[in-house]
Amino acid sequence: MPTAAETVEKVVSGDIRSVARLIREIDDGVPAVRDVLKALYPHTGTAYVVGITGAPGVGKSTLVDQMISHLRAKDKTVGVLAVDPTSPFSGGAILGDRVRMQRHSMDDGVFIRSMATRGHFGGLTQSTRSAIDVLDAMGKDYVIVETVGVGQDEVDVVRSAHTTVICVIPGMGDDIQAIKAGILEVGDIFLINKADREGSDKTMSDLRLMIDMDQKKYEDGTWKPPILKAEAVFDRGVDELIEEIVRHAEYLRSVYGDLRFRARKDKVREELAEMVKARLLDTVVGRIIASGEFDAAVDGIVRGQVDPYTASDDLVLPKIVVPDDE
Amino acid sequence: MVAKPGLDGHDRGARIIARAFRDAGFEVVYSGLHQTPEEIVQGAIQEDVDLIGLSSLAGAHMYLFPAVVEGLKERNASDIMVIGGGIIPEEDIPKLKSAGIREVFTPGSPLEVIVTWVQNNVPSKGA
Repeated sequence: MPTAAETVEKVVSGDIRSVARLIREIDDGVPAVRDVLKALYPHTGTAYVVGITGAPGVGKSTLVDQMISHLRAKDKTVGVLAVDPTSPFSGGAILGDRVRMQRHSMDDGVFIRSMATRGHFGGLTQSTRSAIDVLDAMGKDYVIVETVGVGQDEVDVVRSAHTTVICVIPGMGDDIQAIKAGILEVGDIFLINKADREGSDKTMSDLRLMIDMDQKKYEDGTWKPPILKAEAVFDRGVDELIEEIVRHAEYLRSVYGDLRFRARKDKVREELAEMVKARLLDTVVGRIIASGEFDAAVDGIVRGQVDPYTASDDLVLPKIVVPDDE
Repeated sequence: MVAKPGLDGHDRGARIIARAFRDAGFEVVYSGLHQTPEEIVQGAIQEDVDLIGLSSLAGAHMYLFPAVVEGLKERNASDIMVIGGGIIPEEDIPKLKSAGIREVFTPGSPLEVIVTWVQNNVPSKGA
């Protein structure tokens, strides 16, 4: 087992095996990984993180594949994290995003990694955030995170991006309604893929309307999400997307003065809250489950001996020290 | 990782295998068609997989399968185990095994047998 310092040195030098192993350990929640991440932290902060999200089948992987080509043509190195859902029935997953990106597999300037959402307690955001740090520390100029935009977890993942691209296709009337209910707010750029299909103008005007309803928000010069059309599979519209991402980066720089994610109080607050939560879950919940108290409480509730409110109080309260004056 | 090396466009079998493993609780990376051995090695390393399952129905397995094993060796990744499956003549199997392919499954192998073999023979580096 290499020491944290050795791992950090290898990751920073771009050693593929060490990077791959570290991401696996992050995903598996290996405790020793925290020391590595602590030591790796000073090497992070230079990558520009782009989130791509949208419903299944809108062409996210194909789009990411084209973005890689365009960024590589500008001599930028690229890391990709492709997040796919875990089957809730078996706990397994088929991670197929590489299929669309296979032409980049021999390019040393590109690192593609699949991740399954797994079932862990809201830990997806944290493990993805840590994996972004690893790709950042290995020196990638851009890190693209691709998720299926269906659940809160996935939305939270793209919140750790500098620029979030929401991908839709024509004819997704009701799905756009669904976007409105929570994903719209995180979109910095909207992209209508497969724009050669019928209904792309309608989709465009639907999106425009939704964004314009927030007109007040943009009056003081805040970023107003552009809506682009693309046919990623034919490499149409991808250049424009990259241009808008760069424009958004300039906007962020002008507002915050610094592109580092951790130089922004709002982002840090979000992240730290997540980390504190995860740490509490790890330690307190882990201990409760390991001690068998949790299963005992489940049995108690099933047998009707106790109600779930009392049971959860009994499980948690003895584990935390509450000051007298509360 | 389930991978299709070489010029072989038939991936029904590979997809069924991928699904069977997912249903048994594995995380399966599917590589897609027409991969060179080098691409498979590179992908397996980036994904840090425990096992590569190669599928070939086009007769080039005697070249392609050992090439993956060699590629892993060159990249210092021999801890990633390789198994194979597909249309593979009986007499080729011992040769493949001596080239480092740990097991070969031919048509008719029940999915449970393959999954159980992997569960019993592949130690997860993660656990």
